[in-house]
Amino acid sequence: MTLFRNVVFIAAIAGLLSGIVMTAMQTYATVPLILKAETFENAEGGGHEHAAPATDSAQTAVPAAEVAAPAHEHEEEGWAPADGFERFAFTALANIVTGIGFALVLVAVSELAGGIANWRQGIFWGFAGFAVFTLAPGLGLPPELPAMPAADLAARQVWWIGTVVATAAGLGLIAFRSSLAFSLVGVALMVAPHLLGAPQPASHESPIPPDLHHQFVVAVTVTNLIFWVVLGAAVGVIRGRFTGTATSLRDSFA
Amino acid sequence: MNTVSSSLGASAGSVARSMQLAMAGLLGLFVIGFVGFSHMEVVHNAGHDYRHSMAFPCH
Repeated sequence: MTLFRNVVFIAAIAGLLSGIVMTAMQTYATVPLILKAETFENAEGGGHEHAAPATDSAQTAVPAAEVAAPAHEHEEEGWAPADGFERFAFTALANIVTGIGFALVLVAVSELAGGIANWRQGIFWGFAGFAVFTLAPGLGLPPELPAMPAADLAARQVWWIGTVVATAAGLGLIAFRSSLAFSLVGVALMVAPHLLGAPQPASHESPIPPDLHHQFVVAVTVTNLIFWVVLGAAVGVIRGRFTGTATSLRDSFA
Repeated sequence: MNTVSSSLGASAGSVARSMQLAMAGLLGLFVIGFVGFSHMEVVHNAGHDYRHSMAFPCH
């Protein structure tokens, strides 16, 4: 299990680092926009209560969207971290834990292809990760702010996961199979989810100003790009330290 | 970089190698799935800002 242990070790360090960087970026770029959106959400009549007064025109105007998206009712249900430090701490924890998760996937897949030898190769692997996990699913399902209407959650999750798998497979075929036929199949795989189309809400009407949403889409996309570049480069550097100092990692490490 | 000396865990056989890499990758997917896609109320609320900031499908 030496290989497994080494992959986990490299992923843990790289994921921790990129998770911390991501948390810092989110604190300044995305979380303020989420908090701003929540003020619109709360102003819209007690957080989407269906029992709201009948004069609430936003409720009556888009009943179909309301049925499709029982948005943000969780203020009243279940535990949630208190605003302020506690909420920040859980966001940081989620970033670090999933940073390690993304790193595990990145290191495992790249090892199958020979491994990330240095930080420059790492950046290209980071671009691939960004394309697979942010760019492709974000075309059909752009980043959303609270209070925005959305289609059924499970349907969107299925489309998201399917798009990630198809895009990753397509990129892999193009990068690692040097034949025209495989490349064409690869392109087809990347295009197919978008021909199929992502699940959309019945109406896109929302209390969130388009400007605010646009800012959020840009912030999410750019922070994710930096996250992936940092993650890829970190894997390259840390892995290089392992393999560069000894001929066989198994003998030298752990 | 396919030479033996530059790979992690050089002495593992190729089947064992793939198995270990698959396990590591699946562990990663499980972690991402739990934090980002779990329908559990508590997990959703704890990671709310994270999910929005990662553009994971939410709510």
